[in-house]
Amino acid sequence: MTQSEPRALQLNEKGQLKHFLSLEGLDKTILTEILDLAESFLNMGEQSVKKVPLLRGKTVVNLFFENSTRTRTTFELAAKRLSADVINLNIETSATSKGESLLDTLQNLEAMQSDMFVVRHGDSGAAHFIAEHCTPNVAIINAGDGRHAHPTQAMLDMLTIRRHKGGFEGLKVAIVGDILHSRVARSQIHALTTLGVEEIRLVGPKTLVPNYFSETGAVICHELQAGLQDVDVIVMLRLQKERMHGALLPSESEFYRLYGLTMESMSWAKPDVVVMHPGPINRGVEISSEVADGEHSVILNQVTNGIAVRMAVMSMAMSGQVQSQESERSMASDTMVGEKV
Amino acid sequence: MKLCIRNGRIIDPSQDLDAIRDLFIEDEKVVAIGDAPVGFVADEDVDATGLWVLPGLVDLGVSLREPGYSQKGSIASETRAAASGGVTTVVCSPDTSPIVDTPAVAALIQDKALAAGQANVFPLGALTQGLSGKALSNMVALTDAGCVALSNQRHAMDSTKVLSRALEYAATHDLLVVFHSDEKSLSDGGCAHEGVISMTHGLAGIPDIAETVALARDLILVERTGVKAHFARLSSAKSIEMITQARLSGMDVTADIALHNLLLTDQVLSEFNGQYHVLPPLRSEEDRLALLEGISNGVITAICSDHQPHEKMAKIAPFSATEPGMANIEVLLPLAMKLVHGGELDLKTLLTCLTVGPANSFGIDAGSLSVGNFADFCLFDSGLSWLWTQGNKKTKGHNSPYLGDEIVGKVQATYLSGKKVY
Repeated sequence: MTQSEPRALQLNEKGQLKHFLSLEGLDKTILTEILDLAESFLNMGEQSVKKVPLLRGKTVVNLFFENSTRTRTTFELAAKRLSADVINLNIETSATSKGESLLDTLQNLEAMQSDMFVVRHGDSGAAHFIAEHCTPNVAIINAGDGRHAHPTQAMLDMLTIRRHKGGFEGLKVAIVGDILHSRVARSQIHALTTLGVEEIRLVGPKTLVPNYFSETGAVICHELQAGLQDVDVIVMLRLQKERMHGALLPSESEFYRLYGLTMESMSWAKPDVVVMHPGPINRGVEISSEVADGEHSVILNQVTNGIAVRMAVMSMAMSGQVQSQESERSMASDTMVGEKV
Repeated sequence: MKLCIRNGRIIDPSQDLDAIRDLFIEDEKVVAIGDAPVGFVADEDVDATGLWVLPGLVDLGVSLREPGYSQKGSIASETRAAASGGVTTVVCSPDTSPIVDTPAVAALIQDKALAAGQANVFPLGALTQGLSGKALSNMVALTDAGCVALSNQRHAMDSTKVLSRALEYAATHDLLVVFHSDEKSLSDGGCAHEGVISMTHGLAGIPDIAETVALARDLILVERTGVKAHFARLSSAKSIEMITQARLSGMDVTADIALHNLLLTDQVLSEFNGQYHVLPPLRSEEDRLALLEGISNGVITAICSDHQPHEKMAKIAPFSATEPGMANIEVLLPLAMKLVHGGELDLKTLLTCLTVGPANSFGIDAGSLSVGNFADFCLFDSGLSWLWTQGNKKTKGHNSPYLGDEIVGKVQATYLSGKKVY
């Protein structure tokens, strides 16, 4: 295999994060470190001065090839609370020469000596592609690539679970809805598996939950009741309206009837179940208002936790990036000394 | 001009020959193997001790990129790459610009190939005008202009009715049709085999049924119309089963497989390397083993390079946005030998599928060193290790996951009609 493994691509020689591309290949120690650091940032948000100088003097570019208000805003806030300079770029991809325009854009931004790119792109693997084709000194944070990964969203969900459940051992987690198109679900499966929950269930019709997913170790359920029985955590995914056009579902109302989360269907879960949703919510499509606004819902906590997790990931990747640059410099000076001898 | 290739190991599956012999050539043709003909005095003696002497390879799947795509390759550059890989006969695809749907384009390609003098080139003609799948091409005129067969490649037919009529028309004139069976509505938008890897990595899948549903339809139409048919680039286990059944039922259909589908599976996609983006996609290990089985038991008689050179930028993009294809023709033989080294195919079967097998399925007089045949052959050093790099590659294409790799086995010389071209 001539290509670098994903693990090698996002870690420096000491095994620290230097990019944050995917949760695949990251071990429990690193995921726990992210959660611990995020936890420490959480308290900071409540103070009157909300800034720490960890990224002072660094330039962070929010590079969004897909529209997103929520994710971009929380990344921007996270970077600013770390005292970084932030630039937001929304770039429409041209369908004809996607590859070229992407590479050209990157080369221009590199020339401006940016330190970190936060990237959202419609193609799976785009963050890996950018990490491979950027100068080694730019840290890449994946803010969602196609259907592949959305690792910061998954980690903020993990933080939310840990804060409400105290840990991961013994937990049963149901992820309900459009798994097929969901980068959030894919990253959650990696995170939940690594952090050691007892069981992950994927719930939905065969068109949205293909059997291939059973290879991940998750249990596939095509009926909501079987999926929710005795679970500790329910993650509802957003149902995109365009799925109806692809003949994956007959209608929103039929989906709600079979898989919508209501007070009644929630009663199948454990009494202290928490309900999560990566947002934005379709009320009455995947979740009832009663549940979304009810006492089991932690949807708004997720948003708060999102800023802390993004601060943690950005500061860790930047620190890993700086360390790997320093060790490269010292290696380079060693070589020079060697040459003189 | 009289030429003698001395003391090489001649391996020619067409005459079931594998022995150290001398090869005698006169006036472009093989005149004897073993003992020299009476009165034969060679003008040139080549010592092939330690080398294999093989019939020139016959490659049914090559994109020469000319006319129209000079940034990717040219007839001169890609036939040069072919010659350096021991390939002396090339069937090239009709998806040039302009498309090979007029005799003029077919003639242009052959004229340029003749001028380049590196390989025998047989164009495929388009089955429909502009490969649009709507109106029939001038099939007979194309064939008269040198097209060896007709194909719509992976371009969809407008309807099954048009396809059925195209096949009836081709059958009327006893023309060979090459199918790339693909149900567009199932494969559209996909870039990787639909399976665990594509699912977990969020790559849009191409299910094997995209191939088999179309193959089922195509086989039924072939049976009904009686057209001569060849199925190109099969990739799935089920397809091998279907071709096997068709042959058992008495249909005289042939098929080929791209070498990369025999070497690789979708496991290599986990790092999003666009060099592995090919169509049809690299499939599962189960599929790969079934393809090999189909070759071992003689149902499939041709392996091709599916050579598709691209400029560098075509692969510098996120996986799904890269252009599909690999450019491996110049290392076709050493790469294929991996299957022999790995114990997955025996040498004779492999060489059959690279020489007389593909030649016979297209009715081309090539791939054999029998006395009287044109002396197209190559000298192969099966043990030589070398690095294949951007610096020494012959193709204009930049796209192969094997570039930079150590390759075991090297073609040392290639002869076309007794003349050394590499």
